[in-house]
Amino acid sequence: MATQTISLGKRASSIERELSSIDRRRRIMDLTMRGLCSLAALLGAGALFLLVIHVVVNGVAALSIPLFTEMPAPIGTPGGGMAHAFVGSIIIVGLACLWGIPAGLLAGIYLADYQTPRLGGFVRFTADVLTGIPSIVFGIFGYILVVTRFGGFSGLAAAFTLGVITLPIVARTTEETLRLVPHELREAALALGVRRWRVVLSIVLPTARAGLITGAMLALARAAGETAPLIFTTLGNNFWNVDPTRPMAAVTLTIFQYAIWPYKNLHEQAWAASLILLLVVLLINLTVRLAARSAPSR
Amino acid sequence: MQTEIRRPVVLEPSVGSTPLVRTGAEPPPRSRRAMTAGPDRIFEIVVLSASLLISVLAILLLATIVERGSEALAQFGLGFVTGTTWNPVTKEFGVLPAIYGTVVTAVLALILAVPIGIGAAIFLAELAPRWLAQPVSFLIEMLAAIPSVIIGLWGLFVVVPVVRQVESFLGHNVGFLPIFSGPAFGIGVLSASVLLAIMVLPIITAITRDVIRVVPMSQREAMLALGATQWETIARVVLPYGRNGIVGAVILALGRALGETLAVSMIIGNTFKISPSIFSPATTLASLIATQFREADSAIYLSALMAAALVLFGITVIVNIMARLLTWRLSAFSSGS
Repeated sequence: MATQTISLGKRASSIERELSSIDRRRRIMDLTMRGLCSLAALLGAGALFLLVIHVVVNGVAALSIPLFTEMPAPIGTPGGGMAHAFVGSIIIVGLACLWGIPAGLLAGIYLADYQTPRLGGFVRFTADVLTGIPSIVFGIFGYILVVTRFGGFSGLAAAFTLGVITLPIVARTTEETLRLVPHELREAALALGVRRWRVVLSIVLPTARAGLITGAMLALARAAGETAPLIFTTLGNNFWNVDPTRPMAAVTLTIFQYAIWPYKNLHEQAWAASLILLLVVLLINLTVRLAARSAPSR
Repeated sequence: MQTEIRRPVVLEPSVGSTPLVRTGAEPPPRSRRAMTAGPDRIFEIVVLSASLLISVLAILLLATIVERGSEALAQFGLGFVTGTTWNPVTKEFGVLPAIYGTVVTAVLALILAVPIGIGAAIFLAELAPRWLAQPVSFLIEMLAAIPSVIIGLWGLFVVVPVVRQVESFLGHNVGFLPIFSGPAFGIGVLSASVLLAIMVLPIITAITRDVIRVVPMSQREAMLALGATQWETIARVVLPYGRNGIVGAVILALGRALGETLAVSMIIGNTFKISPSIFSPATTLASLIATQFREADSAIYLSALMAAALVLFGITVIVNIMARLLTWRLSAFSSGS
């Protein structure tokens, strides 16, 4: 009798011990995995941090006034700038947004307010296919459609191609934004006898203004950072040119070329140009996000 | 003039009746035709043609690339995809090494990015306090906005030297494995994969974070009430619940990694061969097209590049459609709530 209770007690305590060791293992596992997840987030944020630090440090060291005002010096000699590339980029991206963003807005209006289910579904599908394909394929497309048929490499061909890239992006973000506009607003206006196109232009679009600007700005940032399509459409140019019907230089294209050429001063210019490009792109993203965050509290 | 006369007769009843009939996203029945007179009709035609422009461009894109690539495809047939020779002089073109390089760099990038991306998403959605999650989230998402040429420049001058050291360390210690064999160039598959991993990380993290956030709180509470630790709750309930969305995010990232051009072409070495070692230089479809384009001096050479673009187009479209089918359920779910 006495021995039995003792053995039972022993067994209970061994089970208890086993349980507590399992428990400890689970706790350790829990802590480890939580630690690893935090480390992963640190790595992700750290990658951006490192990249920005390197671009800023190298870029600031090479930043100079002539970078924006002068043409490239003969290869191998120091000095010079890339004024032609900055001007080229502004013209190309400007022209691309000039048609890509309005067309995307209109298409978004169709998808949100006018679509018939079958056609709308088809347009949405093709827009999604377009946003998913690599930008180099757009470059090939621009080359075949514009360059080989209409007067060779040109800034216009690049603007067309970048526009094709922004068009479906703007269309989809516009659609999503317009769908957030309450239906009651549209109905109230329609009930007052306002016509549909007036409802869209004076009620729906102004209500969704913040979201629409966000979409357009992000598309602009995307277009400004593209390089691959430019290789196939504008080719680049080492001379001053503001005529978009001829080959033009662009900042991204010039960074790409300078980086793979073995000249130290060109590498420095590439860093400086990258800094400018990075600032433009990050500032656009930053302001858009901050604006989007403050919008709902309005 | 005619519309002036017709307007009051036709429009007034339809305008009045529309809001009553319309509920939710239902298209207005019948009244549509009557309403779309005059400027209304013009506006509808304008927005319709803008949408059709998207579809037309997509079809045109496929058609023109097929047309221009067909010459090479007709000449080499299936050999274009299975051939391993790329010789502009003898006009022999096969892109298997480029397909191999594309797939290997993309898969290696995912091996690096998926654990980090999902881990970071778990941290942002489950572990971090709000004041920390927001800025970290923001930083990781900003990574997606950086132009690839800048990432390439950074990769060339900063990542490659680091990777070279890692490679020589691995080569000294586990160099007997074929994947770690060969000289440590720095330039090559491993560097390209590291850059690709950095570029797809924000995609994986952002989508996974959103997927985790829509997992109902009751799921977690039930698990915690049973005495599970937080990690057990995440691993056995939260992640399985969002599995489809997370897999979709990974495939979307795969699509991006397959098609990335600039950053990869700057640091992969552009060598047309199949090597088992991840240290060796290689090439990808996109990189091949970008670097060879200016040298294409014959029609068949150019056509071979177009056909390579077609192969890349096909691969990415299939991958993206797969991703959409998987995330579709998620978006249907979250937009409904």
